[in-house]
Amino acid sequence: MIEEKVFKNYPHKHLLGIEGLLPDSINYLINLSKKYANYLEDNNQKLDDLKNKTCINLFFENSTRTRTSFELAGKKLGADMLNISVGSSSIKKGETLIDTAMTLNAMQPDLIVVRHNDAGAVKLLSEKVNCGVINAGDGPHEHPTQALLDSLTILRRKKTISGLKVAICGDIMHSRVARSNIHLLNTLGAEVRVIGPATLIPKQIESMGVKVFYKMKEGLKDVDVIIMLRLQLERMSGSFVPSIREYFRYYGLNNEKLTYAQPDALVLHPGPMNRGVEIDSELADDLDRSAIFEQVQMGVAVRMACLKALVKDR
Amino acid sequence: MNLKIPFNNSKLPINYLLKNGSVIDPDKNTIEKKDVLIEGKIIKALKKNISVDEKKFKIIDCNNFFISPGIVDMRVNIGEPGFEHKETIKSACKAAASGGVTSIVCMPNTNPAIDQPAIIQSIQRKAREVSLSKVFCTGCITRGAKGNEICELQLMKEFGALGFTDGNKSVSNARVMRRALNYAKSFDGLIIQHAEEPELTQGGMVNEGEFATRMGLTGIPNYSEAMIIERDLWLVRDTKCRYHVSHISTKESVEIIRKAKKDGLPITCDTAPPYFILNELSLENYRTFSKLSPPLRTEEDRNNIINGILDGTIDVIVSDHTPHDQDAKRLPFNQAEFGGIGLETLLSMTLNLVKNNNLSLTKAIALITKNPSEILGLKTGKISPDSEADLIVFDLEKPWKINSESFHSKSKNSPFDGILVQGKNLMTFVRGRLVYKS
Repeated sequence: MIEEKVFKNYPHKHLLGIEGLLPDSINYLINLSKKYANYLEDNNQKLDDLKNKTCINLFFENSTRTRTSFELAGKKLGADMLNISVGSSSIKKGETLIDTAMTLNAMQPDLIVVRHNDAGAVKLLSEKVNCGVINAGDGPHEHPTQALLDSLTILRRKKTISGLKVAICGDIMHSRVARSNIHLLNTLGAEVRVIGPATLIPKQIESMGVKVFYKMKEGLKDVDVIIMLRLQLERMSGSFVPSIREYFRYYGLNNEKLTYAQPDALVLHPGPMNRGVEIDSELADDLDRSAIFEQVQMGVAVRMACLKALVKDR
Repeated sequence: MNLKIPFNNSKLPINYLLKNGSVIDPDKNTIEKKDVLIEGKIIKALKKNISVDEKKFKIIDCNNFFISPGIVDMRVNIGEPGFEHKETIKSACKAAASGGVTSIVCMPNTNPAIDQPAIIQSIQRKAREVSLSKVFCTGCITRGAKGNEICELQLMKEFGALGFTDGNKSVSNARVMRRALNYAKSFDGLIIQHAEEPELTQGGMVNEGEFATRMGLTGIPNYSEAMIIERDLWLVRDTKCRYHVSHISTKESVEIIRKAKKDGLPITCDTAPPYFILNELSLENYRTFSKLSPPLRTEEDRNNIINGILDGTIDVIVSDHTPHDQDAKRLPFNQAEFGGIGLETLLSMTLNLVKNNNLSLTKAIALITKNPSEILGLKTGKISPDSEADLIVFDLEKPWKINSESFHSKSKNSPFDGILVQGKNLMTFVRGRLVYKS
């Protein structure tokens, strides 16, 4: 068992998004994640924090890393993890989301982790179940555990978030990672910028507390952290941007563009990466500059913390 | 057919004397304490202190209450034929009667769409059987509302179509719209447009802006409405056809129409209560009952819609009644249908403008009676001796909480559920028959 006396608790039933969370709640989750990260570095053994608890991974959208990460996190804590993915379920047979929620609820799980391709769908589902719900991504709305693991990674490298300049680059419009990160980094006191072509920057995003840049050179100036976002294939050719090569030329991150930032600037990417589209292959593999694989590692710790914080004793 | 109380579809003639009500006459712009004598289908007399033989007339004391023409609602989706699980002619008529709507004008986006005379006849036959509120139809501009070929507009007009519209779809092809306006001009037809540039609104769920960005929902740009109106105005200038824009929702639309009216173009427009009562914030928590088409806009738009009503730019208030069953609304926001019901809240919401925005009571009533009636060329919507007795009696002050579960509409998707309002319809007369009494 890990000591928790330093921390109070996480005061909400669900984790549906970062928006609206107080710094205390965020810090609680990050600190608990740190503990688990430290534990994982030294130990290979499972914990029994969530022994006899059942968590359901309900994924309406394809996902490998997030689903696996939650599954692994649950197993490390001794919970029983169930995976349900859409391909093999009755959702394909026309069952509504609410019916699915009520059916799963009747099985009395201790927690449900949900990913859905529609914004707000996880919130809808959470209203129909008795247990806690973690949003593992709902459309372009939020992906809170990704933002938490990004912050944990930044904290490990930079010691603090307050006062850092962070640039989020690429397809802001369709990105739940961007939205959750904007909320989280702002709450913890960072200066957040978004950079991308105007077709991928949603209207009035400034009101979320960010500065908008359309040129990498200007946006990356003096930043401490760069978060690159994935550009979906179907948006690359002719719809939102004219072509891959044009996108890479102006918005792809390479060593040359990296020189605009602070000399020790850290590069993050939520994955999966499109090498040569948004990030230069060599840069992605540079372990001093890019923390992409550390993010994956932190992902497990963060999800352990979230599972632990949300599963309630019965 | 026997409808349960409070509805009455009996054909037995009863004559009424409404005593001492405050009679609102939107034609003369007056409110006076008078008696209203209804004999058969007709208002026989309208003056002070009428005395009658109590055996021949049923006397109703209307002291403290207002008597006005019955409401003419020029934008109602009735659901029948095709969507009877959402609403039927019978349930729509009950909702209308209880809400004080004596004339329903239904949209043609039924299934099959109202794009030929036979469907109009079938709807009218059913409405006669129900025998509560009057039911009128509009016809499609294009076959199946597909936006390509023009329907038999004149034939439909002969069979009772009051105007032509593709319902909740915009006629987006400028060539088709030009021909429709040109053709309708030749028989003084009325073209009603749902203004929304479909290429810009594709996939859109809510008003584009801060709120959509925060919620992660695809936005519908504000100007997608104005640009269709502006395009159509070029066509109206050329064709001089009567043109009506339905449920406008933005500041820009109000400004454009205000100017077009000043220039003398034959243009009229309406809006619906959600656009002057609510703004996009009522979509908080992905509330699908507030998912409407056009979408709820910003507070600035809402205030400009109110200004448009106050200065007369907006001619009519419609309910924009769009019934949807639970299964169409209890879904993730992107998958839920657009639209909300409104027949039973139209009067209270319109009276809200009197309470909160200094609109005169006679003008408010004109917006839902006289004005739509004139645009559509109907004989109803007025209160004068020898006119048909389509009347309502309402309490201007009565406070109540909107509870859609208590509504008579088959669907309960009201965007106003839970709101406290003032003013309620008490009695509805259609052609001299008391069809509803609360």
